[in-house]
Amino acid sequence: MYVWIWRHLPGNTWLRALQTLLLISIVCGVLLFVVFPWAEPKLPFNDVTIDSGGTE
Amino acid sequence: MSDDRDPDSPTSANDLFSTASDGWDFAQPVEEPAVAAAGDTNRNAPREKNKRIRGAGPMTTGDKIRMGVRGVGQTLITSGLVILLFVVYEVWVTNIYADRKQHKEQVQLAEQWQHGEDPLEAAQEKLSLDPGAQVVLPAGQGFANLYIPAFGKDFAKTIVEGVDDASLEKGPGHYPKTAIPGQIGNFAIAGHRVGKGEPFLNLDRLKAGDFLIVQTYDSWYVYTVLGDVASGDAEVADASGLTGRSIVAPSAVGVIAPVPNHPEQAATRSLITLTTCHPKYTANQRMIIHGELTRTVATNGDAIPTELGGTI
Repeated sequence: MYVWIWRHLPGNTWLRALQTLLLISIVCGVLLFVVFPWAEPKLPFNDVTIDSGGTE
Repeated sequence: MSDDRDPDSPTSANDLFSTASDGWDFAQPVEEPAVAAAGDTNRNAPREKNKRIRGAGPMTTGDKIRMGVRGVGQTLITSGLVILLFVVYEVWVTNIYADRKQHKEQVQLAEQWQHGEDPLEAAQEKLSLDPGAQVVLPAGQGFANLYIPAFGKDFAKTIVEGVDDASLEKGPGHYPKTAIPGQIGNFAIAGHRVGKGEPFLNLDRLKAGDFLIVQTYDSWYVYTVLGDVASGDAEVADASGLTGRSIVAPSAVGVIAPVPNHPEQAATRSLITLTTCHPKYTANQRMIIHGELTRTVATNGDAIPTELGGTI
């Protein structure tokens, strides 16, 4: 997959490296600011309250 | 990877081979003369090599297996990196957001107090009247500050109303319908242990006799962690069977009852209860800290209680 992407990026090695960095930051950004905030409440790591079954 | 080559144009692909700068794919044809020269004893070797020039021939079973294995490997490495990033998010990025929200609450509450507004005002009357009085505040409303000198002089958090996710992201949250600071009963608050501002990260380090100081508009309430003050052991029970620190199941709602673990009894003491998750990073159990009100000081300008190094 990664080789395929690398091959399909235009330009010389430097240009490709630059685009690769850009792609990586886009993916990280989407994960950090969209996917994780969405997924996090669904995971049970951060329940700090006493309750009898609900989320409260 | 060989599978990605356009199968319709082997010629152009080969042309590319001889000129392209992509070193990964052309190592083999370049190496070929050397292999041939060295491989006189095994004439099949160069031919075997030729077969494997990428994109130049049909994929062998071996190629397919290699491709599959490589795919699985890449997927595993990728998911590993994503999970690592998630950990970074949980323990670091969420703190940035939560600290910002907490700071906003602190500023907002300070401003309200400066203007003479007390979010607890409506509740204050009930304070001295009815031990069982229930106080209703809007969710997410900051109404008091919590200081824990054992966590450092700069440990100051604004307590907000409510223990829903949004409220807890702002700071320690007050369990609705439990007592308010200073009231007879149980002033119960929850806070995150790891990430989201992690106000209660170090609850396990609290010792018996440590102070939990709550500041409201008109008073300072000094609570003291229960347990054996002489030795600092918070896990020792007092006369009523209440410990300074305990680990309970997440469903143990009794700990925030007016008389902890005895929901049927009427409260006679002013207690504080802190809850957070335990062990760190999990939600298997809850760590509970109980403290009792030992001193009440009226607000006097900017003066701070002696327990915080102040003068009142």
